[in-house]
Amino acid sequence: MPIIRALLSLAATVALLWALNRPFGNVPAFGPLLSPFTGFWQNAEMPLPTADREITLGGTRQPVTVVYDDLGVPHVFAQNDYDIYFAQGYVTAKDRLWQMEFQTHAAAGRVSELVGERAIELDKFNRRLGMGYGAEVAEKAMNADPVSREIVTAYCAGINAWISSLKPAQYPIEYKLLGYAPEAWTPLKCALLLKQMSNTLATGADDFRMENVLKKYGPAITADLFPDYPVRESPIIPAGTPWNFTPLKTPSATQSAPATGKTPTLTSTRATQCWPEKSAGKNPEPEKLLSGLSTVGNSWPARNPDIGSNNWAVGPQKSATGYPILANDPHLTLSLPSIWYQIQLVSPTMNACGASLPGSPGVIIGFNKEIAWGVTNVGADVLDFYAITFKDNARREYWHDGKWKPVTRRIERIKVKGKPDVMDTVLYTHHGPVAYNTGAKPFRANFPTGHAVRWIAHDPSNEVKCYQILNRARNYADYRKALAYYAAPAQNFVYADVHKDIAISPNGRYPLKWKDQGKFTLDGSNPAHDWQGWIPADHNPIVKNPGLNFVSSANQFSTDPTYPYYLNWQFAPSERGRRINQRLATMQKATVDSLRMLQNDNFNLRASETLPTLFKILQTQTLNPAQQAALQTLKRWNLKNDVNEVGPTIFVEWNAQFMDAVWKDEFFVADSIPMKFPTFDRTMALIERDPSAKWFDNVKTPAKETLPDVLTASFKSALDSLTKKHGPMNAKTWGWAAHKSTDIKHLVPGLDAFSAMDVDMGGGTGIVNATTETTGPSWRMVVALGPMPKAYGVYPGGQSGNPGSPLYKNMIETWRTGQLNELIYLQTLTDKHPRLRGKLILK
Amino acid sequence: MKSILLIAVLSALAQFFLPWWVVAPVAFGVCFFMANNPAKALGEGTAGVAIVWLVYTLFIHFSTGGGMTNTMSTVLFKTPNPAWLLALAPFLVGLVGGLAGLAGFYARQVIMPSARS
Repeated sequence: MPIIRALLSLAATVALLWALNRPFGNVPAFGPLLSPFTGFWQNAEMPLPTADREITLGGTRQPVTVVYDDLGVPHVFAQNDYDIYFAQGYVTAKDRLWQMEFQTHAAAGRVSELVGERAIELDKFNRRLGMGYGAEVAEKAMNADPVSREIVTAYCAGINAWISSLKPAQYPIEYKLLGYAPEAWTPLKCALLLKQMSNTLATGADDFRMENVLKKYGPAITADLFPDYPVRESPIIPAGTPWNFTPLKTPSATQSAPATGKTPTLTSTRATQCWPEKSAGKNPEPEKLLSGLSTVGNSWPARNPDIGSNNWAVGPQKSATGYPILANDPHLTLSLPSIWYQIQLVSPTMNACGASLPGSPGVIIGFNKEIAWGVTNVGADVLDFYAITFKDNARREYWHDGKWKPVTRRIERIKVKGKPDVMDTVLYTHHGPVAYNTGAKPFRANFPTGHAVRWIAHDPSNEVKCYQILNRARNYADYRKALAYYAAPAQNFVYADVHKDIAISPNGRYPLKWKDQGKFTLDGSNPAHDWQGWIPADHNPIVKNPGLNFVSSANQFSTDPTYPYYLNWQFAPSERGRRINQRLATMQKATVDSLRMLQNDNFNLRASETLPTLFKILQTQTLNPAQQAALQTLKRWNLKNDVNEVGPTIFVEWNAQFMDAVWKDEFFVADSIPMKFPTFDRTMALIERDPSAKWFDNVKTPAKETLPDVLTASFKSALDSLTKKHGPMNAKTWGWAAHKSTDIKHLVPGLDAFSAMDVDMGGGTGIVNATTETTGPSWRMVVALGPMPKAYGVYPGGQSGNPGSPLYKNMIETWRTGQLNELIYLQTLTDKHPRLRGKLILK
Repeated sequence: MKSILLIAVLSALAQFFLPWWVVAPVAFGVCFFMANNPAKALGEGTAGVAIVWLVYTLFIHFSTGGGMTNTMSTVLFKTPNPAWLLALAPFLVGLVGGLAGLAGFYARQVIMPSARS
């Protein structure tokens, strides 16, 4: 009897221990998580220590001193350049380790290692896109240059010094929740992080949507509805700016492929006609290339108009100080931990300050004593799809340039938590990886199959070197020198300096293309469709000290059509850019505050330009009293997307439903055959110039609808949708911020407790203050150049990546209310500032 | 009382170096040698380990302003009320300690049936 009692109680103890020590699905192991010795309690942080601390690490060459300010921004003082990047790696990992590693795991297609088999298809997708391949190419390029190699080596060593000092109790909370441990940091991870930026900023492509439009409507209608330059535009390089170079000869799409061998080639006349003509010969066996409106012509994620940015600089003639002032706010997905990390890096060769990307050495957007710089995305077409013809089902050779060429195979081994590894073979042509073979079931239902991906992120580049030079740049010549190293994702680099120069350059590595090359899908067998060389770096568009006395960009067209090279047929809608230019053109005696106010500008240019016309067309006599009241609200609206305005709620919903009503009947066939809609710019031109166009008729109904019918019906249905969602019109639930509801979410989906939900913000798509539901100004900075630069900035988050820290989301309120913090810029270690806190000395 | 104190001190020290489940062998061992009836073993095992977690969690909770407790309470129970977590942690570890203490007492009875009753 006693033995049974003993065994039973022992078994119960062991069973309980077992149950508490292991995760169940998404539920983490409660024992270690709830333990005050190792669990989440250990992640609860006190406010910043004010006392100085000294840590002996052994990795630095000389002692490094880090002064923290009250926001947790490290001001790093090193005595040599190795140590400055070592220390940057160390302090960044100290605050952001989990985020850095998670982002690179995601980029590398390694999420299954952390969460199990539900992420396998996502991992395959990122690998098939060639993210890992591109990162390996980039790593080689970084290592080939001794300067960037030393920077990356030092940065990695600093991160690893932090990782190896950690006990499990000190792991960031996300490791504890997901049940894994950090691994050593490598240069490849730095490269992966840059690929992730290219993935965010340079993958949007409409090639397949356009291909389907072309197939259904033919070249004339396609060219008419999807022109290569918008009606309303204010390009980044002001019209009339001279091009100070002799352009290279643009390749010709009519160059015929050698028609040798037994398989017929596809000929093309795209360049002369600006649209593709389908296979002239017989399709090669056995895989058909382009079979009409089939699911071959499937879609890649479309360009996201909300991922963009603003930057500008005003010249000395326009500023109150007589020196330039520069502003930048990159719009990205709003996330926690924040994408940016503020830092100041001081060594004998540099004193750079601003925003860095955790996982990448140097300052990405910022200033030094003599210059300031910022970036916005260019949106050039640097990703194309090539239809591939394999010789047979073995897929060992593909047809190109009149020959069968060998396919390379890359084996991807995907580790899966709790399961055996999964092997995946990706086929590579000289264009790039064939993401999904014809007939395969892609991760995203509308992803192209049977096409190779030609993407700038697969080419060698050394962005680390660009920032190494830029962080130390002293003048315009240095800025140009730095930019020549930058490849992708292409950015509009705005520049201002203490010598009173301002400039902007849509800069990156651009393939030398024929006009409209890549507007539609390309023929992977025709060498004339290949990327054939590059636009020389010093032929990239640039303007210095223009007569307007300011430069600006907001992702709109880089240049007007006089630029001798083709970058893309479409860019972001021009409203933000035109609004910024309107404001800057009239601005005099600009100050930091006037530029800060412009960053927070909520004026809805689209509404102001189009509502007067739309009101005239609207059949107001058919509206019921509630609809009339809504119309009156819209008419009284101050045209600003302010927090409490109801006008923007109605306008934005109406605008969206109107566009659907005009185009969906003709440009939506099925989810599997996506087509691009014409832009709002083109639609408005139709309203103004051709109001009786056939497109306004809904072809799905027997009646013949007119523009007023469609406009009025969409107005009514927009109000119906809003009423259904928010109840009858009222200032509270129909208020713009309440309706839009901006969320800043943690990187792990569903972790709302680590997120900032329903942040009360105005702005929106196409507004200078581009805060949408999930995207927005991820960093705002204004720098006044002068004998000593004065800089201000804020981002929606905090320096710490730890949800248990008071510095996790402490800057959100400052950001939300449109304020900026002073960016403390120290010159020496002995500088005093009331906001400085304790020092950390690394030995 | 002496057992509770001993379990508390030993388990606290051990947990600075070893995983959380070291509380089980500590409670088992102390009750093996010191408990003289099953109820006491259960109670002392529970109290000895739970008190350490209770005191330490309360200390962290109050010294850091409680923000992390609220956040994690929301993650785990969808409510920002810290009381749940502050109660759950000692309760669970107490259960482990109590069962381990009981097992220790019964094991002693098997191995040395005449020592105590």
